[in-house]
Amino acid sequence: MRYHSPESFDDAVALARDADGITRFLAGGTDVLVQLRTETVIPDVMIDIKRITGVHDITREDGGWRIGVAVTGAEMSEHAELQNEWPGLVEAMDLIGSTQVQGRATLVGNLCNGSPAADSVPAMIAAGIELSITGPDGTRREKTENIPTGPGKTSLEKGELVTAVHVPARGDNAGDAYLRFIPRTEMDIAVVGCAVSLRREGNKITEARVSLGAVAPTALLVEDAAQAIIGTELDDAALDALGAAASAACNPIDDKRGTIKFRTHVAAVLAKRAAKIAYDRAGADK
Amino acid sequence: MSSIHVSTTVNGDEVEFLCDPRETLLDVLRDRLGLTGAKEGCGTGDCGACSVTVDDRLVCSCLMLGAEAEGKSINTVEGIADGEKLHPLQEKFIEYAALQCGICTPGILVATKSLLEKHPDPTESQVRYWLAGNLCRCTGYDKIIRAVMDTAADMRKAS
Ligand SMILES: Cc1cc2nc3c(=O)[nH]c(=O)nc-3n(C[C@H](O)[C@H](O)[C@H](O)COP(=O)(O)OP(=O)(O)OC[C@H]3O[C@@H](n4cnc5c(N)ncnc54)[C@H](O)[C@@H]3O)c2cc1C
Ligand code: FES
Ligand code: FES
Repeated sequence: MRYHSPESFDDAVALARDADGITRFLAGGTDVLVQLRTETVIPDVMIDIKRITGVHDITREDGGWRIGVAVTGAEMSEHAELQNEWPGLVEAMDLIGSTQVQGRATLVGNLCNGSPAADSVPAMIAAGIELSITGPDGTRREKTENIPTGPGKTSLEKGELVTAVHVPARGDNAGDAYLRFIPRTEMDIAVVGCAVSLRREGNKITEARVSLGAVAPTALLVEDAAQAIIGTELDDAALDALGAAASAACNPIDDKRGTIKFRTHVAAVLAKRAAKIAYDRAGADK
Repeated sequence: MSSIHVSTTVNGDEVEFLCDPRETLLDVLRDRLGLTGAKEGCGTGDCGACSVTVDDRLVCSCLMLGAEAEGKSINTVEGIADGEKLHPLQEKFIEYAALQCGICTPGILVATKSLLEKHPDPTESQVRYWLAGNLCRCTGYDKIIRAVMDTAADMRKAS
């Protein structure tokens, strides 16, 4: 294995483009190192991206935020303004692993590792986050939901890497929330995860995005679930329609963590609970 | 495989070492620098026995490459006592018998020292959540939690 620590994204792209064999970018390493240690994936080339200028910064951008690709979960939780505007995104990231894992793990690592159960991914999708992706042909922008293509797989081409995370401007009367079900209280993989982001005008919901994790090969953006609550005051009928749409979107597997039936049911429960939290946050004075 | 030359700071001392690209920081600390306080319980980030701080951030040294230590400041359990003088946490762990076999103890000391630096007045559940990634097979955790709460109270009085 070769280890590189380039100081620019251009150098990282060149290294990845010219690399032979299995290449991994090293952000927090909390997936890459586990895979290396368990000999699941032994990369030929490891490209550490943490020495590139700006990758540790959280900065204002177009009224929203630009989050560097090496920013850790702990740094996101410690950022009061980000947390105030996007509590759901921050709580999703904060659920990942222990204090020690939080000191290293990143949003982009969680996304690009490609686990269908990755906790931050539904929250990123619900928030409408976009990524800058740089490769040998330049930089493009992509929506979060277009990155994972299946378990362990992404739409990134050889030589491409994510170079920035763009969080949109939050705007007024808006809130988000993420909930997951695990059999324990800490340190486990989501059986189902659900994120909701919405905006209100008075008591009425005017915009919404709902995303589910761990119920399909990739995290899902569930349009029908959003439509079920837009235009409503999140009354019982709207909540039931939301739950039904969430369950209908599920295409889960049966495994030791949960059966198909259980996951499909829990998706509805979490969607309703997350929507209520997001709704209350959207109504609260900031 | 060519070795990588790394310069870093461990417990305040400047150190240099050569390591293989696949070696973890834990391997380097134990096998190259002779600092065997950090333990390998799992090697996969689950148990916390390998906990150290890197630039004041608590991490698992089994989930970091030795090569990544370049230019960083690393603190291990060996740096917690001041010469012969134990840190208040170490004294309380002895007083409360907050350890049995001791395998988890170095990681828990490093983790709780880091907790008290950030949160001098933690609640019990804050301590328990902070230590969710530090497994102990022996004590049942209760004595550990009580030792930490009592140390925090003493340190607040002292400061
Ligand atoms: C004890 C433990 C508990 C965990 N608990 C959870 C949990 O509760 N929920 C959860 O979702 N995950 C969990 N994880 C998994 C892991 O911590 C997360 O997926 C984390 O967010 C990965 O981020 P990282 O920065 O460490 O990624 P890395 O390991 O550095 O990288 C992961 C993948 O992303 C790719 N990558 C990284 N950065 C880029 C980039 N800029 N561009 C392109 N590709 C890139 C790498 O090539 C690699 O394939 C846990 C892991 C451990 C060890
Ligand atoms: S040895 Fe590092 S967490 Fe277990
Ligand atoms: S004292 Fe034995 S594992 Fe904690």
